[in-house]
Amino acid sequence: MSDYDSPPPEVIPRRLRPSLIWLVPAAAALTGLFLLHQLWASSGPEVSITFQTASGLQAGKTEVKYKDVTVGLVKSIVLSPDSQRVLVTVSLMKNAENLAKADTRFWVVRPRVGIGGISGIDTLLSGAYISLDTGTSKQSGTTFTGLESPPTLINGMPGKQFEVVADDLGSLDIGSAVYYRRIPVGRVSSYALRPDGKGVSVNIFIDAPYDRFVTPSTRFWNASGVDLSLNSDGLQLKTQTMASVIAGGIAFANPPDSVNAPSSADHSVFRLADDQPSAMAPQDGTPQILQLRFQQSLRGMQTGAPVEFSSVKLGKVTAIDLDFEPSGSRFISVVTLEVYPNRLGRVLEKLPKPEKDGEKQAAVFLRDLVQHGLRAQARTGNLLTGQLYISLDFIPNAAPVAFDLSARPLRIPTLNGGFDHLQEQVATLIGKVSKMPIESIGNNLNATLGNLNQTLIQVNGQVLPQTIQTLRQLDQTMNGAQRLLVADSPLLQTLAEFQRTLYSLRTLTGLLTRQPQALLTGRLNDPKEKP
Amino acid sequence: MDAENRKGEARMTPAGQALSLGLVRCHVCGLACEHVGGVHALPCPRCHAPLHTRLPDSLTQTWALLLTGLLLYLPANLLPVMYNSFAGRGSESTILGGIAVFWASGSYGIAIVIFTASVLVPCAKFGILGGLLIATKRRDVSGRVRRSRLFRLTEHIGYWSMLDVMVVALIAALVQFPGFSTAEPRIGIVFFGAVVMFTLLAAMKFDPRLLWENNKHE
Repeated sequence: MSDYDSPPPEVIPRRLRPSLIWLVPAAAALTGLFLLHQLWASSGPEVSITFQTASGLQAGKTEVKYKDVTVGLVKSIVLSPDSQRVLVTVSLMKNAENLAKADTRFWVVRPRVGIGGISGIDTLLSGAYISLDTGTSKQSGTTFTGLESPPTLINGMPGKQFEVVADDLGSLDIGSAVYYRRIPVGRVSSYALRPDGKGVSVNIFIDAPYDRFVTPSTRFWNASGVDLSLNSDGLQLKTQTMASVIAGGIAFANPPDSVNAPSSADHSVFRLADDQPSAMAPQDGTPQILQLRFQQSLRGMQTGAPVEFSSVKLGKVTAIDLDFEPSGSRFISVVTLEVYPNRLGRVLEKLPKPEKDGEKQAAVFLRDLVQHGLRAQARTGNLLTGQLYISLDFIPNAAPVAFDLSARPLRIPTLNGGFDHLQEQVATLIGKVSKMPIESIGNNLNATLGNLNQTLIQVNGQVLPQTIQTLRQLDQTMNGAQRLLVADSPLLQTLAEFQRTLYSLRTLTGLLTRQPQALLTGRLNDPKEKP
Repeated sequence: MDAENRKGEARMTPAGQALSLGLVRCHVCGLACEHVGGVHALPCPRCHAPLHTRLPDSLTQTWALLLTGLLLYLPANLLPVMYNSFAGRGSESTILGGIAVFWASGSYGIAIVIFTASVLVPCAKFGILGGLLIATKRRDVSGRVRRSRLFRLTEHIGYWSMLDVMVVALIAALVQFPGFSTAEPRIGIVFFGAVVMFTLLAAMKFDPRLLWENNKHE
């Protein structure tokens, strides 16, 4: 074994080699550290978003995009602790960490087909992704509630937001277009019930540069649906674009007298009218509330029915209630009206100007009118449907009525009238008609007709043949008579003879008259008697 | 010495090491040359390759390369190795993630093959080479035959670790239907390839003859 010990050849020359070869693992370690640093540097904050449903979302695959740039990835999808919602954990990239503001909004982009159009078609193949719109808040957030539908308004879009207040939403929806001269210039971004529950406030966004057309005097109206009207001009059909008819929309315009008005400020509030005419109509001013008490039934009266005064549509019915009057054990229809005095137009200038105590003054003025015969009537506006309207008119010879100045709302005395009177008369007429013994008349008439029929049969069967026979005999007789009367008939000869005899007889009687003695003496020569 | 070692000794040249006979074997052409001695020995008279009695600096280099492989094995597993998109929906997958997907989808065979090639084999190599290095350093004489077999096994199975790289390369080349379905390699596969390469290099740098050196310094 001592042979192995002799030369130790390769033990000596180890000086630089080890350090060189260790460069390789050092480089590997550096690479690893570099990658680690990269990973750490590129990973931003983790945020959690809750959604109603995780439809289309996949952990580890679904991306988060901002302006179509991928800024994060869904890490996990779990149910919320109460199993009501879906908790989506998203890891944002480092460069996107300042996107997660406290008011940043997240929503899932899926293919959506609506009346207004189709969106998210690119996700049909690529699958859904989460889109975000960064907020304006200074604070950053980590937990968010995802929107169920994409917001119509993305921060940073040029334009202005306005609030439009309406009685109801109608067919408007988020995304419904806003039209200016039938050009779509904006859309409904959100809507909410007003805090008091009376009405809806709709937020609309008008894109630049059209937002400058919205001035303080701009009128907004609901452009949804079809406006079909029949009047003395004929049938009129007014619509905005077909899209707005189907999907709903808002239109706005400026009154012609408001040129060069300054643009409205952001978040200005406007009123949404039902249609264009009412939007463009002059402002109604404050309404005067009136109350009417009708003894009659008001079938056909509806809230919203017009109130007319001398053919001017002055207001509308706002409520119809029943009231009980214990004195007569009667139910009374109580109709509440809203009357806009401003609609009287120029007449208003001739009326006394309102002063401090407008209520009192109006009551006094109304009392004068009532004393001069102002009465309210429920009249039939449409004979077919029986719809009623309230007519305020001066009735000549109206029975005087006490007017209560202190009643609020003011009461106008009513007359049962109009169509009701006619109705009563018609009813009386019908009652009389129904009292007539039509049945017995009919029976008698029927018996008479039977007798007549029998008589006629008799006439046909017996009288007529006899008559014909008689006529024939008459004919024969006439023929016989005719034969007797021909020119040389013995009868005529006899008659001529008779005539001559008569002449002779007359001559004789004449002779006898003049010379009665001639019968005895014979004829004397008389010079006059020369034949 | 136990029985196994005696058997091993019996198979080897009874004369022990070639150096004791003044011979050195050329690493390249295998010619047994006369050992002239000195630090810079004469080259092989047949193929002119440098002659060493042992691979120079074998243990250190093996250690370094093995460590490199081990370091690179981490990103190889942590980073995605492949990106594939189908019908617009893309995803990146790591080696272990891919195995899990295959296993979960019921493709147990493929999962096992990939697991063997990409996890079992590299880990086995790390373990075996590390064990051999430690044993050689300690000049542990027991179980030298078993260690020799393990080393041969390591050299043999080393190439199969490239299976993963091949799979990724094949898929990336074959699945190219732009807009519909694509597959692209990701940085992880580079690290994995480097791991395989460095373990192969480490196995190459390890001189198995060191296994048989006796505790001559003692």
